Amino acid sequence: MSDPRKRLISAKAGERLLAIAGWTVVWLVVAFIILPAVVVGISAFNDRAILSFPPQAWSTRWFARAFSYRDFSEGFRNGLIITAFASSIALVVGAGFAFALDRYSFRGKMALEAVLTSPLVIPHFTIGLGFLILAAQIHATRTFALVIVCHVVLVLPFVMRSVYVSLRNLDSRLELAAASLGARPGRALFTVTLPLLIPGLFSGWLFAAILSFNEFTASLFVTAQATQTLPVAMYNYVREYADPTLAALSVIYIVVTALLLTIANAFLGLGKVLNVEHVR
Amino acid sequence: MNKRPFLALFVAPATLAAIASAAALAAILQYAFRAYVPGSLNPGGLTLDNFFALLRPLYAQVFIQTVWICLLTALITLVVAYPLAFALVRTRNVALKSFLLITAVTPLFLGEVVRTYSWIIVLGNTGFINSVLKGLGIIDRPIQMMFTTFGVVTALVHVTLPVMVIMLSAALSHIDRDYEKAATSLGAGPVKAFLTVMLPLSMPGVVAGVSTAFAWTFSAFATPQMIGGGKVSMISTLVYQLGFASFNFPFAAALSVTGLALTFAVLAMAKQAIKPLEKIGAH
Repeated sequence: MSDPRKRLISAKAGERLLAIAGWTVVWLVVAFIILPAVVVGISAFNDRAILSFPPQAWSTRWFARAFSYRDFSEGFRNGLIITAFASSIALVVGAGFAFALDRYSFRGKMALEAVLTSPLVIPHFTIGLGFLILAAQIHATRTFALVIVCHVVLVLPFVMRSVYVSLRNLDSRLELAAASLGARPGRALFTVTLPLLIPGLFSGWLFAAILSFNEFTASLFVTAQATQTLPVAMYNYVREYADPTLAALSVIYIVVTALLLTIANAFLGLGKVLNVEHVR
Repeated sequence: MNKRPFLALFVAPATLAAIASAAALAAILQYAFRAYVPGSLNPGGLTLDNFFALLRPLYAQVFIQTVWICLLTALITLVVAYPLAFALVRTRNVALKSFLLITAVTPLFLGEVVRTYSWIIVLGNTGFINSVLKGLGIIDRPIQMMFTTFGVVTALVHVTLPVMVIMLSAALSHIDRDYEKAATSLGAGPVKAFLTVMLPLSMPGVVAGVSTAFAWTFSAFATPQMIGGGKVSMISTLVYQLGFASFNFPFAAALSVTGLALTFAVLAMAKQAIKPLEKIGAH
């Protein structure tokens, strides 16, 4: 048998080796995640009109084109309209239902919850196709209303979950205190419950807005030329042109999203939101 | 006094939304059993032909390929995501934790088009990987990665990774660390403690993550469409092609319905698999 002290030392060395190996793997995974963003970032400044790597000459002209291309600016505007309506409607509908889900028991509760959370597992192309067929039957395929309704259904589960989790963490004795002090249900709701829920409501709305703005597959089915959103316009661009304009737009996208998430992380604690988000 | 104030007010809008999504699904189901009338957007009479057509080798093959791609993607994503989730949960360095979290989660919010487009530049014949390999003198001619299953799966792993990391770290962060400490104090090394304690306790998260990744991959459209380029077909790309290239909406609907049944079957199996696993981990 070897000297126990020696064994301890070799165990320590083994542990250190293990830690190094582990972190190497972690950084390789991080590199895998970041690689496409870095490559797209470099390609965006390629002067040539054909995507090739590495660029031989540099230019910022594709950024100018990304801003001046009409389908992009219209897609951006359409996207803002659709996102504003869809995320706000989803917030009202989802928050109300989350409240009922948490506080009350009523007939059809389980069935309603199952239907409303089902878009989490139903493929988006199926939902998009369903709404397209539905709209075709009532001759409303080219409307903003169609896209908005479709997006509301898609983002509702995220709002519901976010608000439901905040309701769970809320001390309901505060409401009882308000009631015992003579506040009517409506007053208790608006002066006690609602203000306490604001972080949950905001994060639910933010998730809904980001998801709606970026939704692609279902949107491809339910949008027409006049209601086309930015991701759909981007997809159509790739099919027509091979120049780095989309790389430039992607860079803007990545930077803005990372910034938004960093801010959200600083103010809301992304870890907390996401961790409780996925506990079932 | 009313014990459920505002109940109707809270539930009515949600009921409307539920009716909308149920109506959309009912519309698909209804179309799946209708005949295709070439040249017309309106379907014909009731028929089961659409489902019989699915049995043709061409379509059966797309089904098999889709399931294969989904399985492959889900398992590779698990292997790639686990170390990152583990590091995310374990590191005590706050800045590092935030960095890992933002890195893991940002792609989720970028949407499929931006991410898939980036992969075209990485995988293309004049793209990043081929240029690097050529520059190093390892290859003379570019390796074909676009329009291959390899390319599609690589990009799909990237697309599915954030969800897997979130689900795994949620599971890992809820494991009581005392179990691991107990194992170590009883003489287990870090590897043994991980393999015999942490890994089994994280199995419910693993199964949940893999089944969600499967469903996500099944749902993916932009990635197989843009990277597969028609050479690698999945159910999603076939549904789109049938709908918008040949306007055969009844068949597209039948394909969607069958795909949906498959997704639900996989998720139900996963749920069954989690049950006994959760009993082990119950505390």
